[in-house]
Amino acid sequence: MEKLLSEFKIGEKGIVKKISADGRMKRRLFDMGVTPNTEILFRKVSPLGDPIEVSLRGYELSLRKDEAEKVLMEVQE
Amino acid sequence: MIKICLAGNPNCGKTTLFNSLTGSTAHVGNWPGVTVEKREGSYRKFDEKIDIVDLPGIYSMSPYTPEEVVSRNYILDEKPNCVINIVDATNLERNLYLTTQLLEIDVPVVVALNMMDILKKNNETIDIKALSEAFKVPVVEISALKDEGLDDLMKVAYGEAKKVRKGTTILEKTTVGSLVREAYNELKTSVSSPLFHAVKLVENDELECKDHPELAKRISDMKSKLPEDDFEGDYEAIIANERYEYIGKNFKHTFVKFNEGLTKSDKIDKVLTHKIWSIPIFLLIMFVVFHFTFSEDFLGLNKIFGLEITSKGWFNFFTGMGYDGAIEEEGEAILSGIPSLGVFLQSWMGFLTGSIIDLFNSFLPEGAWYTSLICDGILTGIDSIFSFIPQVLLLYLFVSILEDSGYMARVAFIMDRAFRKFGLSGKAFIPLLMGFGCSVPAMLATKTLEDEKERDVTIRITPFFSCGAKAPIWTLLAAVVAGRFLGDVFVFSIYILGIAIAIIAAIIMKVFSKNYDVPPFIMELPQYHAPQFKNLMVHLWEKFKHFIYKASTIIMAAIIVIWFLSNFSWDFWNGMVDDIESSILASVGRVVRYIFYPLGFGSGADGWKYTAATFTGLIAKEDVVGTMAQLGLVEGTINLSNAAIYSFAAYNLFTLPCFAAVSTAKSESSKKGFLVTLAWWLALSYIVALIIYWLGTLLEAVLWLGSIVIVVIVLLVILLGFYVSKKKRAQIA
Repeated sequence: MEKLLSEFKIGEKGIVKKISADGRMKRRLFDMGVTPNTEILFRKVSPLGDPIEVSLRGYELSLRKDEAEKVLMEVQE
Repeated sequence: MIKICLAGNPNCGKTTLFNSLTGSTAHVGNWPGVTVEKREGSYRKFDEKIDIVDLPGIYSMSPYTPEEVVSRNYILDEKPNCVINIVDATNLERNLYLTTQLLEIDVPVVVALNMMDILKKNNETIDIKALSEAFKVPVVEISALKDEGLDDLMKVAYGEAKKVRKGTTILEKTTVGSLVREAYNELKTSVSSPLFHAVKLVENDELECKDHPELAKRISDMKSKLPEDDFEGDYEAIIANERYEYIGKNFKHTFVKFNEGLTKSDKIDKVLTHKIWSIPIFLLIMFVVFHFTFSEDFLGLNKIFGLEITSKGWFNFFTGMGYDGAIEEEGEAILSGIPSLGVFLQSWMGFLTGSIIDLFNSFLPEGAWYTSLICDGILTGIDSIFSFIPQVLLLYLFVSILEDSGYMARVAFIMDRAFRKFGLSGKAFIPLLMGFGCSVPAMLATKTLEDEKERDVTIRITPFFSCGAKAPIWTLLAAVVAGRFLGDVFVFSIYILGIAIAIIAAIIMKVFSKNYDVPPFIMELPQYHAPQFKNLMVHLWEKFKHFIYKASTIIMAAIIVIWFLSNFSWDFWNGMVDDIESSILASVGRVVRYIFYPLGFGSGADGWKYTAATFTGLIAKEDVVGTMAQLGLVEGTINLSNAAIYSFAAYNLFTLPCFAAVSTAKSESSKKGFLVTLAWWLALSYIVALIIYWLGTLLEAVLWLGSIVIVVIVLLVILLGFYVSKKKRAQIA
């Protein structure tokens, strides 16, 4: 099943399918290792509801929901 | 001379390595804190002197942040003899991404695998040989923290620095290999580091394509002939993907897999970023920091146990109480009970400098002008600065601990949403929080903010986060109000007021700024680790050195000028005046004070003294208290109303910061932004102080405590903040 990273629930895991961001945001996502076929685990939501925390490539990354919206994921069971 | 630079991801241990290699040789003038400026030092274990340059931590060589631009330009233009690429061995995958980019530059590279001690503790190893063969550069295992392998590293780097190395790329055997080769062949005779530029050209880097339009066109024609890919012809994406693919394919077996369960960091995070508790915990941490630094009644022990100690007695000797000149003169204990560490150290420092003044006074002739210059001018001025250095350093130490431990990034994570309302990202919080230590490093740290507008706004509100040099003003005023209400509550309320006004200011700027987009927030949350004692001490030492430097130059000059102005009249050739009332300073202050008349502290017989103190504060904020002391305004002689004290505090908090901070603001903000910033500081401070004085006077007439004034203002501020953001949201909807 495909859905956006921003729609993930805590503890859900998935594989990056596509990144639809532009310009700097896209480049930043790539540089931080959010590239197709990367496995991402959704870990946490900030106390105020945004940003979110995910883990990938052995480290913790924080990004906003606006940014997570640009990452299309394939949910892993 | 050999130049070696350190490059690597943030949090890879670069600063620790730099401190270990250079010891105490790091250049003064580098501000402690986040490494945004490059720091330089020298390594002296070889006959030849080696310059070590610490580049800011970066994830990539793309010109995405100012740090990346600084690092990229340094390596490409300054042409160091060797680059040491520090790689966090516990996070090989993301760290090697930068390595693959560094390798493309024509410079000798040595990979330093850091944190090998942690790996060994977990019985993990990395195939150094495979890594070295794949990249064709030497790889050395080190532990910067434990000082292991550093001699080896330097020996290898020194050897490499004598060599010449041509860039290599891991893209060669990939789909873009032919494109890179084509561009490389064209560029190799015309530019240095042709491979790096070739890859950038294939990535469609704007600058690169503008420099070589024909070649860019040829490459783009070639691209259209290549088979379809998954990335819709986005070559930036393809290349980033190829890099990670390559790392994954070749080194997957070396990636460290820690236990799948919760790490220590996760467990700490469960509490510190908890849905409900994280914000109260953060506020509590900040209060504890201030309590430890400023409280005169530590943990309320005095109140609980009713400790009453007179100014003389053995108990005071151990607590540092009763050594303040003012206290001894009056022969009674103003401070009683057990103080916090900050107040304790401050008392002791006061005792030390006080004794030195007594000593000089005892052997210099009484009444001579040079006795006055030395004792009343220089030494008294130095005394007023030195007595607060312990508190400044302590506050700075706390901020460094929070930064070093990784908690600051969590604070950004927690606060981001709140900050976005004000047009800032959670990242702006780190520089702003550093503002509590010193505005100068805080403003330098705004380099981590990608957006120019956000940088300007952040710089504009940084001084509102009361810096360490302003702390003695609050400490002095707290002592004055201590008889009326709690000193530490007063200080705490000043800090809160600063934050509240900063928030309002940011909202105002957001509302009045066109097309203001909130910058992205894609940020690593590093693992928590215990702060390193050595790094903390290096930071503190640099800070201390900076204070001493400032005190012995600019502040000393100001003190001597003020001493002259306050001890001589316009006909100064007649010698010193007996009464400060007839001095030059008095006559100037008496005219200028009318500006501050509406603010409450310009009126009365002492009005010109507060005016003079405010002006000398522009040279350095330390001078506010220094000047006041010289003009006879100490704890017992300040007789402003509560409202006027708050107004005086607010004015000094929001007005132009010291010259060092002003010049930093100038270099860090945009050109147009800086002039607006100056006007902004002058106008805002006057308006806020005005409101506080009049509102405070009004409320003081009806209510009991001045502190209620602040509470009311803060509540109004918060309500206004929510009102503005709600209204905006309603407009959008």
